[in-house]
Amino acid sequence: MKPLYTWGGILVVVFFSVVGDILIARAMKEVGDVHELWERSGLWTVVGRVLSNATFFLGVTAMAAAFFSLLFALSWGDVSLVAPAAASLTFIGNAFAAKIFLHEKVDRRRWIAAVLVAGGVALLAG
Amino acid sequence: MTFRKYLVLAGVSVFAAAGDSMLAHGMKQTGSISLHHLQGVILAVRNPWVAGGIVLLLAFFAAYTNALSWADLTYVLPATSLGYVLLALVARFALHEQVSPMRWMGIALISGGVSFVAGGPALTSQHHAECSAFAKDAPASSAAPASALSSGAKR
Repeated sequence: MKPLYTWGGILVVVFFSVVGDILIARAMKEVGDVHELWERSGLWTVVGRVLSNATFFLGVTAMAAAFFSLLFALSWGDVSLVAPAAASLTFIGNAFAAKIFLHEKVDRRRWIAAVLVAGGVALLAG
Repeated sequence: MTFRKYLVLAGVSVFAAAGDSMLAHGMKQTGSISLHHLQGVILAVRNPWVAGGIVLLLAFFAAYTNALSWADLTYVLPATSLGYVLLALVARFALHEQVSPMRWMGIALISGGVSFVAGGPALTSQHHAECSAFAKDAPASSAAPASALSSGAKR
């Protein structure tokens, strides 16, 4: 029963992290290149554009949900399993989600990178 | 890619790793927090390591959202992990700590992954609101160096 809870918790963390990353990435694409925007209309326009974007706040909410579900998952399972597993599965999940929802061209080199980085993070945190 | 954009990516990786480790260091000093003793969170924030970690993580978030405004998520994400490589190198060569073979393996994998992505284009998604010229038509990875040059020359 305990491993089931732990892995269930890990999957919830991964789900909310991926949703948060995708929403924030989409929101920032809607805002546009902040360097150009800054040069054209100043810092406060950039801040205003970001803070008036509803997708951005949904993304921040999802990231907060990911943070709190991580706290719960950590109380069910070992840190040495939960933290690296959640971090590396988030890399893989993001590669899939970015391809489907953000229409990024996730070519072979990006797939290899996602797998390598996921493995590396798992080893470093483990 | 301009020099400023590389600086932002460097900020993403350094702030994430440094913020996380300051926070972890501080939380080990303050002890564990349970749901029944939430006032412990407030006490924790008064720890300088925790407070510094929070400031660095806010800086990370600013750099991260900045990078996502002109680059793909799958391009920026590997950069977030590069800081941990830096941390391990600092631990080994500046603080003279032991770094286990497993960790060296992890460092090698992350560095390899980042170098795979860094060679390609930064932006491939189509629906970018008012994007710079280099982003619009970068169909293949081979187009990146030339377009990066032209966008660099513009500034």
